[in-house]
Amino acid sequence: MPVAIAPPEVKPETEREDRLPEPGGPGGGSGSDGGSGRWGDGGGRRLRPDSYQLGMWLALASISMMFIGFSSAYILGQGTNSQWRAMAAPPFVWINTVILLASSLSLELARRAPAATELKRWMTLTCLLGAAFLVGQLWIWRLLGDQGIYLSGNPHSSFFYLLTGVHGVHLLGGVAGLATLTARAWSSAPGVPARASLNVTALYWHFMDGLWIYLLVLLFFWR
Amino acid sequence: MAGPGLGSGQDLWIISIALFCIASLLGALNFITTVLNMRAKGMSLMKMPLTVWTWFTTAILALLSFPVLLAAGILLLLDRLGGTSFFIPAGLVVSDTVIESSGGSPILWQHLFWFFGHPEVYIAILPGMGVASQLLSTFARKPIFGYHAMVVAVFAIGMLGFFVWGHHMFVSGLSPFSALVFSILTLAIGVPSAIKTFNWLGTLWGGKIRFTTAMLFAIGFVSLFVSGGITGLFLGQTSVDVQLHDTYFPVAHFHMIMGVAAIFGIFGATYYWFPKMFGRMLHEGLGKLHFWLTFIGVNAIFIPMHLMGIMGQLRRYAESTEFKFMEPLQPYQEFVTIAAFVTAAAQLLFLVNFCWGMFKGKKATENPWEATTLEWITASPPPHDNFGGRELVVNHAAYEYGVPGAPRDYVMQTDPPLESAK
Repeated sequence: MPVAIAPPEVKPETEREDRLPEPGGPGGGSGSDGGSGRWGDGGGRRLRPDSYQLGMWLALASISMMFIGFSSAYILGQGTNSQWRAMAAPPFVWINTVILLASSLSLELARRAPAATELKRWMTLTCLLGAAFLVGQLWIWRLLGDQGIYLSGNPHSSFFYLLTGVHGVHLLGGVAGLATLTARAWSSAPGVPARASLNVTALYWHFMDGLWIYLLVLLFFWR
Repeated sequence: MAGPGLGSGQDLWIISIALFCIASLLGALNFITTVLNMRAKGMSLMKMPLTVWTWFTTAILALLSFPVLLAAGILLLLDRLGGTSFFIPAGLVVSDTVIESSGGSPILWQHLFWFFGHPEVYIAILPGMGVASQLLSTFARKPIFGYHAMVVAVFAIGMLGFFVWGHHMFVSGLSPFSALVFSILTLAIGVPSAIKTFNWLGTLWGGKIRFTTAMLFAIGFVSLFVSGGITGLFLGQTSVDVQLHDTYFPVAHFHMIMGVAAIFGIFGATYYWFPKMFGRMLHEGLGKLHFWLTFIGVNAIFIPMHLMGIMGQLRRYAESTEFKFMEPLQPYQEFVTIAAFVTAAAQLLFLVNFCWGMFKGKKATENPWEATTLEWITASPPPHDNFGGRELVVNHAAYEYGVPGAPRDYVMQTDPPLESAK
């Protein structure tokens, strides 16, 4: 469900250079890109790029609160539940972590790419790495299932499935956002997706990266 | 664990709450970004109407508290559908069967729920405070008393609201030390609340008060905020709460303050902004009758309920006649029930007024209340894009009434700077 948090943020800002004047009065044509211009701000002004940035930071604060809620439940369970048996980290988790970190790196390379062609390539790589991580997570779930470790059963395994699952849903939203931007980069003639959308998606993606590291520490090193 | 169909009903209910959480926090995100980044030209933060300040604070509370309820909802849903036991304790027996569990904690649910639940009650009341401030200032024809203090108080109430959830759990086996901290923080909320109340009274003091229906509801809001809030000081103290917990006393307390006071805010706002929404006025006579019946009615319901709570009437009992000690309270029960029906029936007056006003009410002018804020410079109802393409420039604070040297007794926010100020 929390996927819904991502898409409103990755809506593109039309390129600032070739922004057209408002046709036929205010509010007439600005509703389509992010829905910003319709709210009585006079001259049909569009969202400033830093509004996207601010909105994303707020969304991340909100997402953090959800994971703080889960974390407090985790710490309480670990401290008080006598049936708690910690499972070992599945080895494949580390490979997957490297994949996710690599995706952040390639996204950063895309963001700093001097030319449109390079940007497109790095964006595509980032998408593929993101999707690979998600597939890897499903693969880990399957391996654990083969060992008889399921969502129900031990409280620690419940939390493993819960936290990786909710994180995965958020990443799915991130991959959808990245894929949209990548598709736009390949299709449009100028080739450069709006800077603001790219920056804000990158912020989200890096945050999810950091969140994954935090979850690993919580699940396997917090004793 | 439930009758036929009840189980899936619960599941759907939890899913709908989860959707509500996501919707609320997206709305909050939009509000905060809009307030911080998209104000009209010249509209500094300290020129904003208090309605906007309260909505802004409310949005911060929603943004940070709803995700925790969402987390709790996901855990609860997994407990129901995924075979986990985050909240199901070991050895729980329901209908003579032991429920399978790997040792969860029902108290964890209480913590997560109330971590959301307490900010939520401020989400309900803060916008009402903003409306009351706006209306009192407008109809007393005076600037709001202590605007800066009001802003700080709203923020203080909002932020303190995140650290007091434990006062709902004094009898859950909470450590007495935690209870003490929660108790002190809870009572601390009394300070900004008192600041707000004194400032509202200060706004009224010496004003040329216009007793419109909207104003009556705003004054009613202040009255209910005091009479409902003061009992919070009783319940915030652990030793008193142990006695009063799960009686009618807290029921009366929270209905008075976050139920009825918040609804008075909604009514006040509806009577005040109705002309702007529909371009027509509501009937004042009918509105005043509605106010008085409602105001007397809610007091007739909830004042006796406080007394019943002190006398030991327990809440959440379908029938209390089985218990000897609750028997003498039966006449109170009957009185409260009749008062509740009469009060509910009085709301039909509002419904009639609303429907009639939408189509047949007196035509409203642009600014029927002679108010100062931006919405009153545009037509009633506003055109597409609200201001019809005008680029607004704000020169004045939100509540400039009775300014010496001004041509009228009010200065609208968009009026040019006054000669005397140059």
